[in-house]
Amino acid sequence: MISLPPKAPPGVVTSDALACDLACFPTRERYRDLIGALREDDFEMCVDLCAVDYLAFPHRALPEGVVATRFEVVVNLLSLSKVQRVRVRVQAGDESPRVDSLFDLYPGTEAMEREAFDLFGVLFDGHPDLTRILMPEEWEGHPLRKDYAVGRVPVQFKSSPGPR
Amino acid sequence: MNDSNVRVTDRLERLTVETSEGAQGLMSRSETSVDELGRELGAVLRANDLTLDPKDVDVERRDDETMVINMGPAHPSTHGVLRLMLELDGEFVLRSKPIIGYLHTGMEKTAEVLTYAQGGTNVTRMDYLSPIANELGYSMAIEKLLGLDVPPRATWIRMMMAELNRVASHLVWLATNGMDLGATSMMIYGFRERELILAFFEKTAGLRMNLNYVRPGGVAADLPDGWEDDVTVICDTVHERTFEYDELLTGQPIFRNRMVGVAPITAEEALALGVTGPILRSTGVPWDLRRATPYLFYDRVDFDVIVGTYGDNFDRYSIRLNEIRESIRIVRQCVTNMPRGDYRSQDPKVTPPPRARIDESMEALIHHFKLFTEGFHVPAGEVYSAVESPRGELGCYLVSDGGATPYRLHVRAPSFVNLQAVPLLMRGGSFSDAITVISSVDPIMGEVDR
Repeated sequence: MISLPPKAPPGVVTSDALACDLACFPTRERYRDLIGALREDDFEMCVDLCAVDYLAFPHRALPEGVVATRFEVVVNLLSLSKVQRVRVRVQAGDESPRVDSLFDLYPGTEAMEREAFDLFGVLFDGHPDLTRILMPEEWEGHPLRKDYAVGRVPVQFKSSPGPR
Repeated sequence: MNDSNVRVTDRLERLTVETSEGAQGLMSRSETSVDELGRELGAVLRANDLTLDPKDVDVERRDDETMVINMGPAHPSTHGVLRLMLELDGEFVLRSKPIIGYLHTGMEKTAEVLTYAQGGTNVTRMDYLSPIANELGYSMAIEKLLGLDVPPRATWIRMMMAELNRVASHLVWLATNGMDLGATSMMIYGFRERELILAFFEKTAGLRMNLNYVRPGGVAADLPDGWEDDVTVICDTVHERTFEYDELLTGQPIFRNRMVGVAPITAEEALALGVTGPILRSTGVPWDLRRATPYLFYDRVDFDVIVGTYGDNFDRYSIRLNEIRESIRIVRQCVTNMPRGDYRSQDPKVTPPPRARIDESMEALIHHFKLFTEGFHVPAGEVYSAVESPRGELGCYLVSDGGATPYRLHVRAPSFVNLQAVPLLMRGGSFSDAITVISSVDPIMGEVDR
């Protein structure tokens, strides 16, 4: 386990993680600052950003001091120079999940944040183009949410042109 | 009167509505915010000071001077169903935006209802050109959560199959890249050599593609009798023929003119965009997970990480061609070092018992029944496991709630992230170079859309 960079905002809970050098649990307010500090601390690449809906699994194991919410945004950062991985898990909220966008720190999160928005409805403040990416633009709902059941919504076909 | 009898020109508006992606598409400049315009222009960062300034939009043109055209999703060079909207000034690309989702089948959602053993059939269909890499990332994530050890023979088999798969994937890339540039003979040769590998896969796993061969705890079946000879023939043939590709393509003036110096990317840009794999290595960053964070037995074999210098199309081509040779080196070492032993873990809670045991052992019957009805349970937790797929870092983020199905499975698809480099690479190039850009980024749409 490694320690947080000195510039990291105070009060960020950290813990061990499986196959990873450090897991951080910032609050929504400190999320962007923490990532910014890690970015300056040679974490050159944001490898992955995804959301998880913990609706059906609320009592997951979290370190003390972290208030679990329904949605969680998980960011995996990679340092190529130090060969380290850091996972940042931010509790994004219950009803209307919303966190800051990382676009101006890591432009590569653009598509990943769009995907998290599309499939989970997590809003990212400061994202330049927060539109759906995998689902059609007029799609209703966010399919990877746990209360969006498989097969409940009829398949949305466009009407057929009719016989000639 | 039936709608379909009306001439198409009278229904232009309707056609636009039918094909529109709404706000996902490339909008005209007047409707685009400065931030987004900057992103679409590829102005993600200015190379020197690494500060990001999306508002640094240096191409000033009015809407009526340019034309937004659509390429794909059925364009032959888009390798599936990638749709690109390009803003052109004459023949030159000003802005471009990939529009994806045409192959979205909700595989991450599907994964939540399949047991861990069934999930392999799901993930293997994501990157359909390198199924072994998908299965490997998925299985390794489960094994990390379970704390399960894989027998050495299974690990060597996994490594050999993964490298053979890398060769097959790069061969398809060479083939389709050749076809995109008009070198149609390369198309035939690439697929011819890949066929050797697919035939071996069929002999081993029963299927040519979407193998579901790597499973939690090991592999599905032991290598077939005489596999050493098959693999040696594949290695000898493909290795010899890579030099024929050299003759066919590497020095050929038409090919070089389309590749050398076209669509360069810098290391800083690649890192900022999260681009991995051959595209990152083409910029001179020697980042290969097989070397940097060795998994399987990559620390026991001898191979080189191929890096480029200029980050252009030609570097990406040479990296892939030379990675075929390096992979063959690894495969040969796998043949030499392959130990005897189990090809899968003997933990009865994960691995189904042999068929013959079911007749004579009550325990085996129970285990068999439990494994194929309910599946095995994985301790609650979350893990991110990454492998180096032919296209870059393939990560698998797995959350388990202690049940028999993944609570959440997220696959970090390298093509999905690499595709973000397309607007940057295409910017300012001619339309014909756009084709080579798509080709050299090598997106696999099954993996992009999942």
